[in-house]
Amino acid sequence: MRHLIDPLDFTVEETQELLSLANRIAANPEAYQSVCAHKKLATLFYEPSTRTRLSFEAAMLNLGGSVLGFSSADSSSASKGESVADTIRVISGYADIAAMRHPKEGAPRRAAHYSSIPVINAGDGGHQHPTQTLTDLLTIYRRKGRLNHMTIGLCGDLKFGRTVHSLIKSLSRYEGIRFVLISPEELRVPDYVITEALTPNNIEYVEMTSLEDAMPQLDILYMTRVQRERFFNEEDYIRLKDTYILTGDKMALAKEDMAVLHPLPRVNEIALTVDDDPRAAYFEQAQNGVYVRMALIMTLLGLKED
Amino acid sequence: MLNIDSIQDGIVIDHIKAGTGIQIYHHAGLAELDCCVALILNARSAKYGHKDIIKIESVIDLDLDVLGYLDPDITIDIIRNGEIVEKKKLVKPKTLKNVIRCRNPRCITTVEEEIEHIFVLGENNKYRCLYCEQEPKRQKP
Repeated sequence: MRHLIDPLDFTVEETQELLSLANRIAANPEAYQSVCAHKKLATLFYEPSTRTRLSFEAAMLNLGGSVLGFSSADSSSASKGESVADTIRVISGYADIAAMRHPKEGAPRRAAHYSSIPVINAGDGGHQHPTQTLTDLLTIYRRKGRLNHMTIGLCGDLKFGRTVHSLIKSLSRYEGIRFVLISPEELRVPDYVITEALTPNNIEYVEMTSLEDAMPQLDILYMTRVQRERFFNEEDYIRLKDTYILTGDKMALAKEDMAVLHPLPRVNEIALTVDDDPRAAYFEQAQNGVYVRMALIMTLLGLKED
Repeated sequence: MLNIDSIQDGIVIDHIKAGTGIQIYHHAGLAELDCCVALILNARSAKYGHKDIIKIESVIDLDLDVLGYLDPDITIDIIRNGEIVEKKKLVKPKTLKNVIRCRNPRCITTVEEEIEHIFVLGENNKYRCLYCEQEPKRQKP
């Protein structure tokens, strides 16, 4: 049985098949509205993440399936001390596929080991969030028509941002990718990401501190939020949170066909005036998240197109 | 030169890096045995200069994964009737089960009942927790 626990669980070829299916779904969603009739998705959310949960639920409902589940540990049997291993064995009898969000790293892998239904990692602590990575890849693919031969700028919190690390690892598998890593010194990409993903794949990269200087060379700009909860010290947070704000002035320096991505929610790192720029791709990115989750549910359930 | 009698039936754990014999003795569970065990520290070695040796006066089941993890360069000699009948070379095991514990407070192993602590040997020759993928604080217990 296939699960999706790590963004690299799918090969480049499998990822391409999934993105192509998501693209076909986006072009004609009505054709898929009964594909999952009588199938149930369990959303096992041990911590609140409304956006991700609704995206999964919308995906299953769009496919004609139904959803059940819980949205915090308080309303689940975890509050009575039930283990992840026991919960998933019970849920395996209730649903056909499960999406699990858990504050502890590795919980979905533990669940997959005991599950008799496919398990999707919907985010495990600061560790992995593979459906966000697939969403990012689909957005780049739909904007550019390819995932190779481009310069990708990643800006903001590159130290703690798990979506950034997963995206770097995933894109490092494609030819001709070049990264521009834009962050303050305090929040630069951890060395292990460089030694494990970039160096072995001979991926070209530069580290910069100025977003402005980086703009003209980028095909994709991936903005991230500087999260308050990642800081031990409030002063550091306040000092750094406004450093990398994308404004209309900075957008004027960018290529005409560049695309701006953001995993959302944003705080103030992208000025509202940028929303009307055709290069702003972050709201369609959220929509793409539903399409890619539809494709993923179909793939893991082994459902074919009519 | 200190002399320890050779054994008739048993195991010699040889070529232990000097100074780590006591660690091997404890982690291999040799302290719990009821047979005679000789722990020789800082013996002269033509190959290494100095080494530690452990002689066990019984042919017991050793956990080779633990030994291979602790020191893949050590050798195991099985002795029968005073002769070496088998020499075992060790390798670093691909996975370690319940040999070291994951210390990452964010890892599922900190809360899940009866979960095994599993570490997997990566391409960089370092171990990582199967669940949270963190390297242990120290690569040795």
